[in-house]
Amino acid sequence: MADVLPSVDVITIGVGLTGAMAGLELAKLGLKVVGLERGSPRDTVPDFQSPAIHDELRFSIRKAMMQDNTKVAVTFRNSSDQTALPVRRWEGFLPGQGLGGAFVHWNGQTYRAQVADFIYRTHLIQRYGEKFLEACGPELTIQDWGVTYDELEPYYDRFEYLCGVSGKAGNIKGQTQPGGNPLEAPRAREYPTPPMKEPYFAAIFRKGAESLGYHPYPQPSANLSQPYTNPEGLELQQCVFCGFCERYACEHFAKASPQTIVLPKLLKMSNYELRCNCEVLRINLDSTGKKATGVTYIDAAGREYEQPADLVLLTAFSLNNVRTLLLSKIGEPYDPKTGTGVIGRNYAYQTTGGATVFLDESINVNPFMASGANGTIIDDFGGDNFDHSQLGFIGGQYVGAIVTNGRPIEFHPTPPGTPTWGLQWKKAVVQHYNHTIAVQQHGTSTASRLNYLDLDPTYKDAWGQPLLRMTFDFPDNDTRMSQYVADKVVQIGNAMGGKMVVRGGTKRPYNSTVYQTTHNCGGAIMGADPRTSAVNRFQQSWEVPNVFSIGASSFPQNFTYNPSGTVGALAYWTLDAIKNQYLKSPGPLVPS
Amino acid sequence: MVEVSRRTVLKGAGALGASMLPVAAVANAAEAQDAHGHMAQAAPASPQAAPASTPAPSPAEPTTYLFLNSDEAAFIEAAVARLIPKDDQWGGALEAGVPNYIDKQLAGAWGAGERLYRSGPWMPGTPTQGYQLPFTPAELFRTALRAINAEQAQHRFADMSAEEQDNYLKTLQDGSSKDLGGIPANVFFSQLFQSTLEGFFSDPVYGGNKDMLSWRMIGFPGAYASYYDLVDQHGIKLDRAPTSLAENARGHIMVNPGIPARSP
Ligand SMILES: Cc1cc2nc3c(=O)[nH]c(=O)nc-3n(C[C@H](O)[C@H](O)[C@H](O)COP(=O)(O)OP(=O)(O)OC[C@H]3O[C@@H](n4cnc5c(N)ncnc54)[C@H](O)[C@@H]3O)c2cc1C
Ligand code: SF4
Repeated sequence: MADVLPSVDVITIGVGLTGAMAGLELAKLGLKVVGLERGSPRDTVPDFQSPAIHDELRFSIRKAMMQDNTKVAVTFRNSSDQTALPVRRWEGFLPGQGLGGAFVHWNGQTYRAQVADFIYRTHLIQRYGEKFLEACGPELTIQDWGVTYDELEPYYDRFEYLCGVSGKAGNIKGQTQPGGNPLEAPRAREYPTPPMKEPYFAAIFRKGAESLGYHPYPQPSANLSQPYTNPEGLELQQCVFCGFCERYACEHFAKASPQTIVLPKLLKMSNYELRCNCEVLRINLDSTGKKATGVTYIDAAGREYEQPADLVLLTAFSLNNVRTLLLSKIGEPYDPKTGTGVIGRNYAYQTTGGATVFLDESINVNPFMASGANGTIIDDFGGDNFDHSQLGFIGGQYVGAIVTNGRPIEFHPTPPGTPTWGLQWKKAVVQHYNHTIAVQQHGTSTASRLNYLDLDPTYKDAWGQPLLRMTFDFPDNDTRMSQYVADKVVQIGNAMGGKMVVRGGTKRPYNSTVYQTTHNCGGAIMGADPRTSAVNRFQQSWEVPNVFSIGASSFPQNFTYNPSGTVGALAYWTLDAIKNQYLKSPGPLVPS
Repeated sequence: MVEVSRRTVLKGAGALGASMLPVAAVANAAEAQDAHGHMAQAAPASPQAAPASTPAPSPAEPTTYLFLNSDEAAFIEAAVARLIPKDDQWGGALEAGVPNYIDKQLAGAWGAGERLYRSGPWMPGTPTQGYQLPFTPAELFRTALRAINAEQAQHRFADMSAEEQDNYLKTLQDGSSKDLGGIPANVFFSQLFQSTLEGFFSDPVYGGNKDMLSWRMIGFPGAYASYYDLVDQHGIKLDRAPTSLAENARGHIMVNPGIPARSP
């Protein structure tokens, strides 16, 4: 039997990016907030320090920072006629665990989405017509978000200033700015800090892209170009391009993470309580099923507790948000046969790709002098930045030289035709290691009625609860899109002086054993209609209004860019609505 | 913890920055003993075992095997020497101590299934679903090596010519229908190669990549990692000896293969 604890005002399930943000915003109001985090507590000092943190085997290969998959894994299959099997080792995507969540070991690529992305269906129909959309794939289930770019702009701004993002604006209030992305949505002001230095690989890309008439610009980065004090009074330092960034924690206070941008302030507040090593099993509902009474969790010693609360915020990362909703029976599970139900619907990902550009051996790329979010990119093929009317697909990708490391277990490129081991392989590794640039494609993932999340019928976690089951493959629309962009990337690779350029657009089937991104999104999507969305435009559960599900699980489909800029903006947008509307009159913020 | 001194630079490496090295300490054989005081049971890569067509590997430091038995060690030593061979400039996997790395990984937490979800039921799955066998890495190596050594009772892998060895490794690599005690040969091969790669390129703290051989070979600076002043000096050639995360002030590497794959 669970011990029942004294009630609190707010619980966050998970203390990663969104859990830490929510904790701080609501604790500032004087509310009693409890953060329940399944992983351990950790901080820059002493936990993230060099040289121990610069260990490729431990962090990149063995995935030391990731969700403990021996306790909670995910099952996966490409299509619903297959049997899903557990992802027994993390490879394809890498959910985090521990105080700070995946926002500790992320890269720091901090983007905004475009105006059109938030009104995706409306925009595409306006520009190309219903027939065009239907021809791209009748299985596609794209939707509008229920929130617009203009509404989110102040929250993007606030989030970027929280992180101290280093970048160059391309469009301030409609005025094009030299050096930035001329295709970006208008922003209110410049980035908080100037762009990072441009490494050699990025400069080579810039030259090549410019020669073809594209518009290269510095990738917006939460690895900081200079010291910065954020509006919470917390100081960040300058990134040293250590080359151990994504999959690692930053030892230098130079990467925006909960530990650098929020937690030092939050953990000092007496009305905030952090409880680590606590696994939330479910959200509890009262007899009506319309009100959450709190959560049930298990601590490190295996003791079960019931923590009552007035307000429950799901801030557990997209996949865990969806799973918790399913385990708690909040919202109707999606049924792919009928297309009805909302929880698990529109699971989407990120469509990547890229080319490997082999350069002359006189060119020392020094790939190890790099940061998680440095580099130069173009947005000319992003989203709907180009005319699709003759192309037969929707969506697009940004393209860039965003080399993040030269860690050799992961990075040892050899040209096609090289044997996969032996003397010739070894010689090729030596020959190309310092003279090769990977150019990346990173883009839209179109929601489809075939791709969804539900509970696995067979496999269980350490507490006997079903694992989340992922059914996913790339829609043909997305592989067509990626292959189209891949052709452009080959041209760029040639313009970069590539002696050999190896093309690499996305192909089916999606392979869970090859790392692509951890931009799992959708499954508990936001929208204007409770029949096709799990949460309203404030990320509030339609069914249980004192539950908010915050994170990329709210994305109805995925846009071109990395998610966290938008996850952060949506979190601030929701927290503002909680502060200014919900707390004054608890109940649905949008009538259903 | 076993302290292994950094050995003098391998032949041929000198041209690429040996002058930058801290003075190498002479290896003390006693330091290579394991915690129980056993010395290596197999002096690896005896010259006879070395294929005639490749340069004889410089005698590797004695390895105290904790997991591999002598038959298994003989196969692993010979196999990694073909997967990443020595050449006229750089040592290969054997010289880098990869068999020792593999042995310590198999003897430790990784071998026992660290970070591996291990609940059944067990089904083969599709290639996009990844590893689906019930074997832990230790069980996988033991089972596959037993099958291989049984198959080769007459003509052991370690005694084959280099060409024969390569052909045999190719039959493993391509052998999705070749069964090694329940393990498809290609699954074993890909783990063997992955482990070899890890032992060759990982930090020497894990007991491979001896002398940071592979890092010198490609020019990776290792655990040293601060390039703010260099990153915009485009195309410079970095002439710096690599550093290990486990190096003490005298340049000794404190080998500790048991670092847990947990968040700090
Ligand atoms: C390698 C990598 C690189 C990335 N790079 C980028 C990038 O460059 N740009 C970008 O935009 N995004 C990037 N991301 C994604 C980014 O990390 C996430 O978008 C971000 O962390 C999401 O914040 P969150 O609060 O939703 O989840 P998280 O920050 O992961 O926090 C969720 C927390 O909830 C906890 N939790 C989960 N379930 C439970 C439970 N049942 N009980 C208790 N606690 C629980 C988890 O342990 C975790 O600490 C990257 C991710 C990875 C893995
Ligand atoms: S690259 Fe920069 S931000 Fe990333 S971990 Fe290293 S110092 Fe920190």
